[in-house]
Amino acid sequence: MYGFEYQRPSSVADAVRATGADARYLAGGQSLVQSMKLRLASASTLVDLASISGLRGVSREGSALKIGAMTRHSEVARSPEVRAAIPALAELAAGIGDPMVRNQGTIGGSLANADPAADYPAAALGLGASIETDRRTIAADDFFVDLFTTALEPGELIVAVRFPLVKRAAYVKLRQPASRFALVGVFVSQGDQGVRVAVTGARSHAFRVREMEQALERDFSPKAIEGVKVDPTGCNSDLHGSAEYRAAMIGVLAGRAVAKAREQ
Amino acid sequence: MTDLSNAPGSPIGQALKRREDRRFLTGTGQYTDDVVLHGQTYGVFVRSPHAHARIVSIDTAQAKAAAGVVDVITGADLAEAKVGGLPCGWLIHSKDGSPMKEPPHPVLAQGKVRYVGDTVALVVAETLLQAKDAAELVEVDYDVLPAVVDTAGAASAQTLVHDDAPNNVCYDWSHGDQAAVDAAFAKAAHVTRLEFVNNRLIPNAMEPRAANAMYTKHDDSYTLYVANQNPHVERLLMCAFVLGLPESKVRVIAPDVGGGFGSKIFLYPEETALVWASRRVGRPIKWTAERSESFLADAHGRDHVTTAEMALDADGHFLALRVNTVANLGAYLSTFASAVPTILYGTLLAGQYRTPAIHVEVKGVFTNTAPIDAYRGAGRPEASYVIERMAEQCARELDIDPAEIRRRNFIQEFPYATPVGLTYDSGGYVASLDRAQQLADVAAFPARKEEAARRGMLRGLGYSCYIEACGIAPSSIAGALGARAGLFEAGEVRVHPTGTVTVFTGAHSHGQGHETTFAQVVAGKLGLPVENVEIVHGDTGRIPFGMGTYGSRSLAVGGTAIVMAVDKIIAKGKKIAAHLLEASDSDIEFENGEFRVAGTDRKLPFAQVSLAAYVPHNYPHDKLEPGLNENAFYDPSNFTYPAGTHICEVEIDPQTGQTRIVQFVAVDDFGNIVNPMIVEGQVHGGVAQGLGQAMLEGCRYDPESGQLLTGSMMDYTLPRADDLPRFVVDTTVTPCTHNPLGVKGCGEAGAIGSPSAFINAMTDALGVRDVPMPATAERVWRLANGIA
Repeated sequence: MYGFEYQRPSSVADAVRATGADARYLAGGQSLVQSMKLRLASASTLVDLASISGLRGVSREGSALKIGAMTRHSEVARSPEVRAAIPALAELAAGIGDPMVRNQGTIGGSLANADPAADYPAAALGLGASIETDRRTIAADDFFVDLFTTALEPGELIVAVRFPLVKRAAYVKLRQPASRFALVGVFVSQGDQGVRVAVTGARSHAFRVREMEQALERDFSPKAIEGVKVDPTGCNSDLHGSAEYRAAMIGVLAGRAVAKAREQ
Repeated sequence: MTDLSNAPGSPIGQALKRREDRRFLTGTGQYTDDVVLHGQTYGVFVRSPHAHARIVSIDTAQAKAAAGVVDVITGADLAEAKVGGLPCGWLIHSKDGSPMKEPPHPVLAQGKVRYVGDTVALVVAETLLQAKDAAELVEVDYDVLPAVVDTAGAASAQTLVHDDAPNNVCYDWSHGDQAAVDAAFAKAAHVTRLEFVNNRLIPNAMEPRAANAMYTKHDDSYTLYVANQNPHVERLLMCAFVLGLPESKVRVIAPDVGGGFGSKIFLYPEETALVWASRRVGRPIKWTAERSESFLADAHGRDHVTTAEMALDADGHFLALRVNTVANLGAYLSTFASAVPTILYGTLLAGQYRTPAIHVEVKGVFTNTAPIDAYRGAGRPEASYVIERMAEQCARELDIDPAEIRRRNFIQEFPYATPVGLTYDSGGYVASLDRAQQLADVAAFPARKEEAARRGMLRGLGYSCYIEACGIAPSSIAGALGARAGLFEAGEVRVHPTGTVTVFTGAHSHGQGHETTFAQVVAGKLGLPVENVEIVHGDTGRIPFGMGTYGSRSLAVGGTAIVMAVDKIIAKGKKIAAHLLEASDSDIEFENGEFRVAGTDRKLPFAQVSLAAYVPHNYPHDKLEPGLNENAFYDPSNFTYPAGTHICEVEIDPQTGQTRIVQFVAVDDFGNIVNPMIVEGQVHGGVAQGLGQAMLEGCRYDPESGQLLTGSMMDYTLPRADDLPRFVVDTTVTPCTHNPLGVKGCGEAGAIGSPSAFINAMTDALGVRDVPMPATAERVWRLANGIA
């Protein structure tokens, strides 16, 4: 790790003011601190968000669930509101990383980092979430841009994520055996805004499979998407899974996610 | 042989909890990195980022000027000081009689780097951070060369790793009777042929390698703390072959060591550089590997490409085995690298079977990858893998039950001389197979397979009837085979005046629990409470010259040395007791901690005799020296031969290729057992490592650039608890016939037996000839769905 300045503001406004060139927000630190320790990342200043009140917690707001950006994965996993409203989201959070990661890592940090194999992007896209920042609201559909790249502007800070409630949803993933990140993860939901099928782990960023969504609109059953093949072109290929394998797994996992959602 | 069950209440054979665990579990262990010396400085190594490159220039000026930097040392400094290269401890000859190629293995690179992670410079600074910062300022200009990476293709590569090793071949070794094998194949009713890869592994001991070297000016001596499995061997190799120092001036201490699995046997560049530099700097220098360095620069394991053929008669009797292996040795010859794929491999190829003729050829090749050396099992897992994959495949091709074909070929009479140079002293292969089949409920497997099929799952069952040669070794045999070291073990038993005992052993404990097991042996033999016996190991300043721990040798060889020293204590104690009891020496018996005149109630407790030895007022000074302190060196007359049966059952999800090990049964014959809990733990750990190799682990280098692709826990898959089932473990016992405890060794068996049991289960489930290790989900998915 290289040296850096450390700031711990107590408001969103102060946090945003504190950022400048080469400063980084520090949320749970489960990705950033690790890469800094390996000297793969560095920052002139770390702006620790831990003392900002109001960034942490879960609340039900009408037909949506609002989760503060600094809410830990373990808090989402255990939250009675989340478990009652969107059990698939609680289950997803319970399956991120290991206990240390879940007790430190945050939903805002995960979304802002946009790791191609992170779980939360699948939920955000798969539920049609809105990402609320210090300056605007960004639809999940517009949020994930590329590898570790989002629609966030420099210095823009996620304050909360709003998930619309759905009729039913499920998340199924295959873990990369070493890192235990999602090799492929598929989040499926059915609700007022229709059917959504969102995939993480398979490409540079999370994405939706429209052809599956259309088929499931007609018939929300695993059978309906059996014939839908995902093109391996553009899929990630590494030691743990070729593009061909990942593409094939999208189909398998989507079918399983639909079957699981139908149990609700 | 000692009857281990003789004394009622004897601690021998009891599952005592490990006494060392108190300090390990409460964080009070003292590892090398815990040692902080007066005036401590910190070392960081500049490592090669390239697999193969010529060093055009090294500019250390900026680094030397950086804050806190004490010194920067490069290969040029060592060359100027005439520091030698690291030696290889085992000379192998090619089949044409020529000695193996031994290119120099410099401590710091001389002119060229040969693998990613190769040591280029040592930066010494006041703090670790300063050393790390300065290391980034060492400017090395490289002329990058093409890299040789692929094991099978190394001998035909255009590029040479070492100019003086043509075709990148270190040796072309053969063993066994080729003519007899050819003749058997000519008349065989059936020939089974398989090609497979024994995948390359990265050891990953929990404690990374570490060293802290100190030079003491007033007596011109050195002290090296090092995470190492054999401190005397480390000292001998470093002093005699590299630094030219008298051993009497060097003390090597391997304190608490957090696992080794072989990777800490060897003399590495890092600690050697530290020792040399500590004198130049005049201050102690500490280096602890980061995990990333461990991945790059610890000696790796395995990496064989093999073709095997078995000739059989119509009834499934093995007639001959022919094996051809290319073994990757990495960029340089590590300490025992040359012996692992030859002596420790070829001599094991009979397995548990009466195969009358065996011939093996092994080509050891250099590549631009980290050195490869012994890793848990060292040659024997590779041999066992060949034999047991072949046995299963032969059974399938001849439509014989895989257990049955093994029974038909089992060695049943002992001693048995194999055609590859070993003589098995004892074994009971049918018994362990019977017991394993019973525990695995093999009879009900078809029903389980059917039930799984109804759920869309593929079930498979596989066997492995492994054998290993442990103890390593009789020195005379090892010497005849090329070993450049003795392979005995030493023990000293020091009885204190009040009857407590300190035992000094040349064996080294880095997770094996010797402090408990050895204390049980000594306490049992002397009739003392276990608490009265302390075990000291790992310090050349305290222990007698010993060979350390590897090859599952510690109890069989090191324990025997201790037993021999204890016997000398008892013999001397009898003479002292005879004097005190006014009886003849030959009338004294020793039992349950008491010296007694046979057939009488006249007796003395052990502590009274020990007190007399040190307060010799009434003492037979004319016949006996005072004191009660004995040592012994033991060189075994044979290897020991642990063996057993492992049965693995898997269930595969063909849609995803994900595999679950639903059952794993290990029935092992380790001879007599001193502490069954420790033995069970060793089996669990070994099986976990073996299954890790077979299902999850696989070191991968980029085939073009030679960059390590599996350089962290994010990509190198070590097994986790939830990857593994609850193991079913049992033992059968045929005591070793040639050591007094009748013990055989248990440290490596799990890693030796389990990979083939797993892969045999996988090929059974999938109905294919081979599933390459590691059986990753994608590989399995492709095989399950016939996708190329």
